[in-house]
Amino acid sequence: MTRNQPVPFSHEHHVGGLGLDCRYCHTSVEKARFAGLPPTETCMTCHSQLWTNAEMLAPVRASLARNTPIAWQRVNRLPDYVYFDHSIHVAKGVGCTTCHGPIDQMRLTRQAAPLTMQWCIDCHRSPQKALRPRDAVFDPKWSPPQNQEALGRKLMAEYHVRVDHLTDCSICHR
Amino acid sequence: MIERLAIPICAALLLSACDDVSMTQQNRYRTFTRAALFDNGTEAQPLPDGVVAQGDLRRQSRSVQRPQVNAELLKRGRERYDIYCSPCHGLSGSGDGVVVQRGFPAPPSYHGSRLRAASAQHFFDVITNGHGVMFSYAARVDPSDRWGIVAYIRALQESQRANVADTPELRTRLP
Repeated sequence: MTRNQPVPFSHEHHVGGLGLDCRYCHTSVEKARFAGLPPTETCMTCHSQLWTNAEMLAPVRASLARNTPIAWQRVNRLPDYVYFDHSIHVAKGVGCTTCHGPIDQMRLTRQAAPLTMQWCIDCHRSPQKALRPRDAVFDPKWSPPQNQEALGRKLMAEYHVRVDHLTDCSICHR
Repeated sequence: MIERLAIPICAALLLSACDDVSMTQQNRYRTFTRAALFDNGTEAQPLPDGVVAQGDLRRQSRSVQRPQVNAELLKRGRERYDIYCSPCHGLSGSGDGVVVQRGFPAPPSYHGSRLRAASAQHFFDVITNGHGVMFSYAARVDPSDRWGIVAYIRALQESQRANVADTPELRTRLP
């Protein structure tokens, strides 16, 4: 399900088509809980020159002119009693698309994972099913190889992912 | 009588304010949430003029002190270059990135004589302040990463003029 956004931003165009790296816009994903929503300045880095009169981008230009942030509607919501940190997941080899789905094919952003406790815990119990090499974390085209189970276990050891603490209550509820 | 009623009435009023007892929505602001408390309606507040934020001075010192150039810095520089610079400047620094192919004015190639002669500080300053139609990347790229990118640009420049004879051990890896 998608939500009505002030601008119909397409990850399909920017990621799948142009091949921009996730971090071009989501600059804090490697160092903070919050992946970072780009300031209007980031959009205008290109759109000061490209599609400058497009009606679709009028809210972006207005945001820059009036120095008012664009009011995006949140797509992935977690309850307030859940602690979630992007940076630790990225650092330990959880790829963007593992939770965000085929974002490079989404014309409008939608929630790809159920984000239920069961879903979180499944992975916290068996991270070897999802872990990928760090240099593939931002690759939207990555898919698990045939030997994923073995690769995942190897990466768990290499990245010091310890399952015995990953299901502690305080890991996600603090 | 009023005193005796006051406490239960207060308690009832307080409880009725908590229509969500699941704690799904708690009374606090998360990053970038709407915040009626502030005039601009968001939790994210611009710093008042003259405020020095925590970490600003350390950040500034990383602008002045150049890190040692080693393989690690170059590797980091390449990664950051590929993320933030290659969309316009191209993976090889020729100024033919994908955004340029879509109509953005082409930046100069790093391999021309002017930019080959330009100082490291020049590249650092352009990343920091922007130049021409290029916006500032100061908010996106940390100063130490800017130095990494500068080092990698030097490597790109060298790569275009390298002689295979100078690096015999690499010859075997060429296609």
